[in-house]
Amino acid sequence: MKIHLKIWRQKNQHTKGEMQDYTLTEVDEEMSFLEMLDMLNLELAKKGECPVEFDHDCREGICGQCGVMINGIAHGPLKNTTTCQLHMRSFKDGDTIYIEPFKVKSFPVIRDLKVDRSGLDEIIAAGGYVSVNTGQAPEANSILVSHEEAESAFDAAACIGCGACVATCKNASAALFTGAKIAQFARLPQGKKESAERTLSMVERMEELSFGHCTNTEACQVECPQDISVLTIAEMIYEYNKAKLKK
Amino acid sequence: MAKEIYANIPEGDLKDKWSNYKAQAKLVSPNNRKKMEIIVVGTGLAGASAAASLAEMGYQIKAFCFQDSARRAHSVAAQGGVNAMKNYQNDGDSVYRMFYDTLKGGDFRSREANTYRLAECSASLIDQAVAQGVPFGREYSGYLKNRSFGGVQVSRTFYARGQTGQQLLLGSYQALMRQKENGKVSMYTRHEMLELVVVDGKAKGIIARNLDTGKIERHGAHAVVLATGGFGKIYYLSTLAMGCNASAIWRAHKKGSWMANPSWTQIHPTSLPQSGPYQSKLTLMSESLRNDGRIWVPKAQDDQRPPHEIPEEERDYYLERKYPSFGNLAPRDIASRAAKEQIDAGKGVGALKNAVYLDFKDAIKECGKETIAERYGNLFSMYEKITGINAYKEPMKISPSAHFSMGGLWVDYDLMTNIPGLFAIGEANFSDHGANRLGANSLLQACVDGYYIAPYTLQNYLSDQIQVAKTDVSTEEFYQAEKQALQQLEEFVSCKGNKTSEEFHRELGKILYDKCGLSRSDEGLQEAIKKIQQLREEFKENLLVPGDVEDINSELEKAGRVSDYMELAELMCLDALTREESCGAHFRKEFQTEDGEALRNDEKFSFTSAWEWSGNPQNPILNKEPLTFEFVQPTQRSYK
Repeated sequence: MKIHLKIWRQKNQHTKGEMQDYTLTEVDEEMSFLEMLDMLNLELAKKGECPVEFDHDCREGICGQCGVMINGIAHGPLKNTTTCQLHMRSFKDGDTIYIEPFKVKSFPVIRDLKVDRSGLDEIIAAGGYVSVNTGQAPEANSILVSHEEAESAFDAAACIGCGACVATCKNASAALFTGAKIAQFARLPQGKKESAERTLSMVERMEELSFGHCTNTEACQVECPQDISVLTIAEMIYEYNKAKLKK
Repeated sequence: MAKEIYANIPEGDLKDKWSNYKAQAKLVSPNNRKKMEIIVVGTGLAGASAAASLAEMGYQIKAFCFQDSARRAHSVAAQGGVNAMKNYQNDGDSVYRMFYDTLKGGDFRSREANTYRLAECSASLIDQAVAQGVPFGREYSGYLKNRSFGGVQVSRTFYARGQTGQQLLLGSYQALMRQKENGKVSMYTRHEMLELVVVDGKAKGIIARNLDTGKIERHGAHAVVLATGGFGKIYYLSTLAMGCNASAIWRAHKKGSWMANPSWTQIHPTSLPQSGPYQSKLTLMSESLRNDGRIWVPKAQDDQRPPHEIPEEERDYYLERKYPSFGNLAPRDIASRAAKEQIDAGKGVGALKNAVYLDFKDAIKECGKETIAERYGNLFSMYEKITGINAYKEPMKISPSAHFSMGGLWVDYDLMTNIPGLFAIGEANFSDHGANRLGANSLLQACVDGYYIAPYTLQNYLSDQIQVAKTDVSTEEFYQAEKQALQQLEEFVSCKGNKTSEEFHRELGKILYDKCGLSRSDEGLQEAIKKIQQLREEFKENLLVPGDVEDINSELEKAGRVSDYMELAELMCLDALTREESCGAHFRKEFQTEDGEALRNDEKFSFTSAWEWSGNPQNPILNKEPLTFEFVQPTQRSYK
């Protein structure tokens, strides 16, 4: 296949970026999207040019390190798919593909398609855990968790932290990311003692880090590789109000 | 000069050794702990759990990872589960049985004491993970659920759908973030370790490169822990993440730390087959699928019919036929070799005839589509995303792929390398799995090393370092290490050849996979060594790295990793060449039983090879740690 690419190139967060044009003539439809970028980078390197910097690691959809806007959509056209799991069979010969970073205020561009998502780590650090030290745990089966509770907690816990929800949100809100973690613990018996503190602290950290408010458009769930439900956002708001009232 | 090596195994009966160790281990008081710094490189399950646990104790931790967040380390990709001896199923499990399964699974090439400790500590890990909120699979009653993995006849595997590694890693990552918030951990993400710094014979720090700026940094500490994972990516095509590498352990090796059993690489039987020359990685399909999936190939060679048109009597369920008591759950080394045998005999399926079928037809008939979807739903959808095929309707096509390094840095019972103050934990060390790792024991080992062993053994080491001041990074040792690291990077950039490191890596991987992969021979290994030496020479003269040293430069990162692989590859071949026996994943064609199984030679090769760097990759020194079996009599491994 012949594929035309328009890719965002930017030296660093202090310089202005721009779209640049490239064309690949021998793209195979069985290639993954990132293997197509590998192909471009090999061509660029051979010409002595700097390759397009992009984040990626596991290439099987679970580490959350990859993620770009493809034709304006986070992770591209397929539903519930990371960039690395997208294959070129989703495009056709002669297509033009626009590739941009997850460009939002809270994810500064590091270079080209690489952005700084450390804000997400900061939100977890604010309280996204059960405060249990190594060695303190009781016998595992002494904490009973019903099948439904475990499964619904898992649905929320499955978040891979890629940031697609933030990138796709008009307000660059991290509500789905934060809500997923809060909902995971709200759906489990573990960590109940600190749930108010956790919720307040995580929500406040999210706001301090200039992530915006939820827009209620539900765009985040549409683009989420793990299909995390927007109901987790509702749960976060419920838990937040509950915690505020208690205070 | 080759040395005899001792592993500092505590005295006493097998079941008392770890208790005796803990009873006698030296301590550091809380007010002294906060004055001591520990560097932990790698934030996978081993690194994150060690860093968090040590920080909880009060030590100051510097945690490094090359990814943009600690949560992305490749433990995240482990799918099927984690083993633990809880005997919740009342199916005859015990610590001894788990120890024996692991020892036998490793073909009697691991230390009894280490393997026993792994089984002994396994139960606590499940307690810890549940307390952290890891959503393991549950029965309707609320009790924990189990499934079975290869090489065992009990159900001791705990799982969180097909994302067990992710959930366990998030548990330890969150524990790590909690300590970061408490000010006990400093995170250095997007940092890569380039050199180990040794001062007066002790590990005292590292040289790291900030991958966002290209700046070289010096970091000092009282001890250094390497938790940098395995090096299966050396084969280029593997189930590992693109960034997985051997660089941290290899650079430590070149500073004097021994490499143990480097050639023992597990080739996983159930990964997706290669589909074209551009391919960058092979995706793993969890071994847990073998609980319900049946593996088969057509009986006839070059059978072009689609799978549903091949009648039952024309299918060969070769694992069930050859290993009736374990069937589709035969251990990985055996299942992979059996698949290769079928593919080599012309019975492979798929466009490139490089795969075998993994069929769920019977399981769906028996328990219904819904149950299968609940057990493996995410694996089936992942399979469909990658291949475009619905595995509820037709069988999966799977193929063996490089996966896990049983070898790694040599460590003693304390998980300390032969360089005092340098520890290696998780897949980065060699310690527990012998010549073949059982499924679901990798997550276990990483967690046990990090949560339960390192906190005791590091403290034991640090107890006599209390008087030692904070490491000064302005000394000659740090200066020299930094200079060496920088010099190498400059050589890569100034080489200005025609071939990228990725192209070199693909070539190297092909040599290794063909000659030092699923089966090895004297002739093949000799040939591989020659080719690797030539390729290494070419790499020095013809490497192409665009961009600068002091800048973001992913091509430069790759060059460093491939450069290390070029040396390690030769050591792997030498290790395989000198081990004139077959054991576990190490299968030498010359040494097999009449029916084609691995033939060990206990008289001559019941030892761990611990290779010492001599300054020249062609002439490493082979030290041997004898393996003595006090409690178990090694037998011919049989899964028939």
